[in-house]
Amino acid sequence: MTTTMSTAEKQSADVSKSETTYQSTFIPRFDIWEGDEELTLFGDLPGVAVDDLDIRFENRELTLHGKVTPRFGGEYLYSEYGIGDFHRTFAIGEAIDGEKIYAEIHGGVLTVHLPKTEKLKPRKIEVKAN
Amino acid sequence: MLSTHWYPMQEMNRLRNEVDRLFGRYGNGTSRPAAVAAFPLLNMWEDDDVLCVEAELPGFNLDDLEIYVTGGNQLSVSGERKQLERQGGVWHRQERGFGKFQRTFELPWNVDCDKVSATFEHGILSIAMPKSAESKPRRIEVKAN
Repeated sequence: MTTTMSTAEKQSADVSKSETTYQSTFIPRFDIWEGDEELTLFGDLPGVAVDDLDIRFENRELTLHGKVTPRFGGEYLYSEYGIGDFHRTFAIGEAIDGEKIYAEIHGGVLTVHLPKTEKLKPRKIEVKAN
Repeated sequence: MLSTHWYPMQEMNRLRNEVDRLFGRYGNGTSRPAAVAAFPLLNMWEDDDVLCVEAELPGFNLDDLEIYVTGGNQLSVSGERKQLERQGGVWHRQERGFGKFQRTFELPWNVDCDKVSATFEHGILSIAMPKSAESKPRRIEVKAN
């Protein structure tokens, strides 16, 4: 399975809107696990609300877009991490049933379930004794 | 542990901290590179009464986090993130990491240890530390003769 990352300079498509758009300030980290039934992605997305997330699956690509609303509007005394947009794309193989993908977010961790298509699940072959 | 390696970034940060301490500055509003391998990264701001620190700790349980304020100006955060348990299968990629961490951080002001409060929501830890009386700005009355 291959993964492509967007460049930090890549502007989101809705720049023309009047709202403020932030540049990609961080690349969320992901774990990817594959079981018999599904492929599961776990991503660290602290402070991200459900409404700020945009997950799309098209042309075998899973794209995650998000906007983290700054939680503080003033001047920082000390600042080690940025808050803002993020974007990440994963190339997904043929084996996934796009209709059945679902996601959840708890405690700043996003979980995306990508169930495998029926024909690719391992099947136990019965051997009959004569 | 003795080491003959030279870490320019660390050296730069050290120098900068020294200079800042010398001039009583604490990187006002400027973004500083984080210390090498520091975890979690912290953002800090203040108003007249309160010093606020925020850290991103996704996937941590509140029970696995410990926060201490000692001596009025030392903040220490420690905790552990457990590895995800999965039966069988294969890990294709593991970027998130797990394990224990501890970070101790010097605060620019003395704070009132008894009144420190913290919230933990969506993987964001927010610590509010009321400044101690001597750290708060005081308005000086000028009397007209």
